[in-house]
Amino acid sequence: MKKTKQLFAALTLMLLGLGSARADYTLNLMKGVTELSNEIYDLHMLALWICIAIGVGVFGTMFYSIYFHRKSMGHKAEQFHENTTVEIIWTIIPTLILVGMAIPATKTMLDMDNIQESEMSIKVTGWQWKWEYEYLDNDIHFFSSLDEASNKARQKDSGIDPRSVPHYLLNVDKPLVVPVNTKIRFLFTAADVIHSWWVPDLGWKKDTIPGFINEAWTSVQKAGTYRGQCTELCGKDHGFMPIVVIAMEKEDYAAWVEEQKGAAVAEASAADKEWTAEELIAKGETVYANNCASCHMADGAGMAGTFPAMTGSALVTGDINAQVDLMMKGKGMMPAFGQMLSAVDFAAVSTFIRNGLGNEVGDSIQPSAIKTLQTSLPAEEEDDEEDE
Amino acid sequence: MSAVTAEHDDHHDHGPAKGFMRWIVTTNHKDIGTLYLLFALTMFFVGGAMALIIRTELFEPGMQFVDPQFFNSMTTMHALVMVFGAVMPAFVGLANWMIPMMIGAPDMALPRMNNMSFWMLVAGVLLLASTLFMEGGAPASGWTLYPPLVLQTGNALPFAIFSVHLLGISSIMGAINIIATIFNMRAPAMTLMKMPLFVWTWLITGFLLIAIMPVFAGAVTMLLTDRFFDTSFFDAAGGGDPVLYQHIFWFFGHPEVYVMILPTFGVASTIIPVFARKPLFGYASMVYATAAIAFLSFIVWAHHMFTVGMPMAGELYFMYATMLIAIPTGVKIFNWTATMWKGSMTFETPMLFSIAFVVLFTMGGFTGLMMALAPVDFQYHDTYFIVAHFHYTLVPASVFILMAAGYYWLPKWTGNMYDERLAKLHFWLSAISVNILFFPQHFLGLAGMPRRIPDYAVQFADWNMISSIGAFIYGPSQLIFVYIVYKTIKGGTGEKVTDEVWEGAAQHGLEWRLPSPAPYHTFATPPKEVPTEHF
Repeated sequence: MKKTKQLFAALTLMLLGLGSARADYTLNLMKGVTELSNEIYDLHMLALWICIAIGVGVFGTMFYSIYFHRKSMGHKAEQFHENTTVEIIWTIIPTLILVGMAIPATKTMLDMDNIQESEMSIKVTGWQWKWEYEYLDNDIHFFSSLDEASNKARQKDSGIDPRSVPHYLLNVDKPLVVPVNTKIRFLFTAADVIHSWWVPDLGWKKDTIPGFINEAWTSVQKAGTYRGQCTELCGKDHGFMPIVVIAMEKEDYAAWVEEQKGAAVAEASAADKEWTAEELIAKGETVYANNCASCHMADGAGMAGTFPAMTGSALVTGDINAQVDLMMKGKGMMPAFGQMLSAVDFAAVSTFIRNGLGNEVGDSIQPSAIKTLQTSLPAEEEDDEEDE
Repeated sequence: MSAVTAEHDDHHDHGPAKGFMRWIVTTNHKDIGTLYLLFALTMFFVGGAMALIIRTELFEPGMQFVDPQFFNSMTTMHALVMVFGAVMPAFVGLANWMIPMMIGAPDMALPRMNNMSFWMLVAGVLLLASTLFMEGGAPASGWTLYPPLVLQTGNALPFAIFSVHLLGISSIMGAINIIATIFNMRAPAMTLMKMPLFVWTWLITGFLLIAIMPVFAGAVTMLLTDRFFDTSFFDAAGGGDPVLYQHIFWFFGHPEVYVMILPTFGVASTIIPVFARKPLFGYASMVYATAAIAFLSFIVWAHHMFTVGMPMAGELYFMYATMLIAIPTGVKIFNWTATMWKGSMTFETPMLFSIAFVVLFTMGGFTGLMMALAPVDFQYHDTYFIVAHFHYTLVPASVFILMAAGYYWLPKWTGNMYDERLAKLHFWLSAISVNILFFPQHFLGLAGMPRRIPDYAVQFADWNMISSIGAFIYGPSQLIFVYIVYKTIKGGTGEKVTDEVWEGAAQHGLEWRLPSPAPYHTFATPPKEVPTEHF
């Protein structure tokens, strides 16, 4: 018994020590920033308090009995072993409690399902391992993936303290921007495997399933930045595809929409200009770090048995068409990057892997050449099992 | 053996065959029970080592020890090994040892099949373990093996699928054997409503296994043909449906978790009355509640899939049906409490583990009830809250009760007493550390940490560290159990145990009317009179 006490004391001290170091953790579900998330929070608290009350009753009885009805206190066992009335009572009362919980739960459920009268629609597509957002009302379209700082720090033995990275693993290169107090309809699907889109502050998550479209809605009440993650195991980098939603006042949102249209034009012209080898390699290094390094390793060494090395690879240093074809279509565990990366990205990363990571092919691949290749490929959804 | 017995007096007791081959060819229920239990204990440490790799990586934010792909293999293999290699075989082992002795039968009904089902289990688990060394790594898509992700597995996929087939056949044979034994081999006086609860719960579990294992085998076979034979059961591009797999899987998966918990209920209902020195309260209602839980387990599967986008009617139905499970489960917990009430309790290690089971399983039940509420499950789903929930219903429930069963029957099996002082140390270390390990995971889940991630945002750091510390205490303290079992087999405390072992136990179960240690063959003639829980 003395040992137990010592253990308890040690643990308490440990808890205090850890607690004072940083106190930004939370213990309970967050209330969130939508009407639905508040309803869900209330339901959670109702269920929690009911469970605590039942727990106090049952465990109280049990521990009373454990303390007073023991042999060492000289308690003699009574031999009763059945009581139908009691059995009926402890069947009926829980049933009533359950009905009491089911009624508000049903109401919330119906509210969540009421997707009518939405003011705008955003299509979310899950990819290994990033999110694609399409604003169906105004042609805005982009991919959103883990930000560079987190991505560098999360590599094994990176030597970077995650605590020094702002919003480590919960930050993206391009967040989803939405207006406040607007009923937004989300459409969910996936390109490769099942993912699940979850921002706790919005109150729900929804699976994104290849070939199927799911719906959900939200209306954010308060401007701010809300973070979440993929919650359905989707392969190697499942832990590294966060979601960031920035809710803006309506006028700020309108300005952001205008800005996006300008950006789209700039991106299109970048694909047409002639790039120097240095420019391509510099950009390619970033593209490689964000998309390739987590499997093929930052130095291109790969991982024996699972992910092939880039350095010295016949495919990397060989025919550019075969190489780009593989990058676009993917194979086995390798995602199809065809729609995730732009022509500029492909040109840059190809040039980089052919002329970096210990390879020396000595050529540079122009975005315009990639664009020709892209148009010659079938649009999408080739049979991805053909390699087997 | 039958050819030999003809020349012998039937009541003559044959000892076990000599030498190593005894363990390979044995058809004796006690030998096979021992094999199952030792195999399960070994796998408990293999699966536990994988869990420690997981907790070590999660000790601090950042990737320090393993790469994400291997981490995913670890979560997958940990679950598969623990479910199919440790917990299920351990209960089959207990069933082998105890059911014939509890119902007054000389052996299992189908002894040769009994041997075969054990060795198929070993083959299945070895095949599964071999995938760790294959190109592309072990399966890394979670033990649920959801397509399309699982189809990206490397060379391991067909091996994992055949392993599931073998494990399934082994389980089905074990279940058939147990059912056949219970229905055909009971002593004449042992009517169904006099059977110990452990026998009852296993009878019902047997039916669950026969119903679900073929479903799982079917699901993984469809994965096999999708990958290798150009079918598209689960491929939307070919007209299939990835969610169909989840429906099939969970039609197996939900009863499967009850396969692990119903025998747990049975052992708890066997142990608690003995140490409360009272008959089990509400024997009949315990039997009916077990049957009700088993029935409900077949009609609630989609509560694992509230977020896949089912129609509203489906969501509501599965929410209501799931909530119903709380009623029979509550009845069980109330009955155990009433069994303790006004008893004359002592707290030997089996009782301590059983009481901890009732308390901690109930906590797992509470979180289960919370996540039955579909709208709130949209928050809980696939977070550490779920991880905490099912570990509470498996570790301080099933595993604790397996430990309790070990301590409870070890003196009967070996004829020696275990070291009670060390056993209590094992209990207290386990009971405290298991809570340090799993309780903080509730907070992590509610605060927004998804499950199956190898690295996490820094606000989750503190509770992950505490959870890992709990794991580092819990894991090694299980070695005490191995030491105690070893010492007990080798002679224990040296004190010779009585036939009854525990005060008044012979009033509760037939096994305590046999000599300690139980002879190699028992109940060659059925007992005339049997105990009941109505004394």
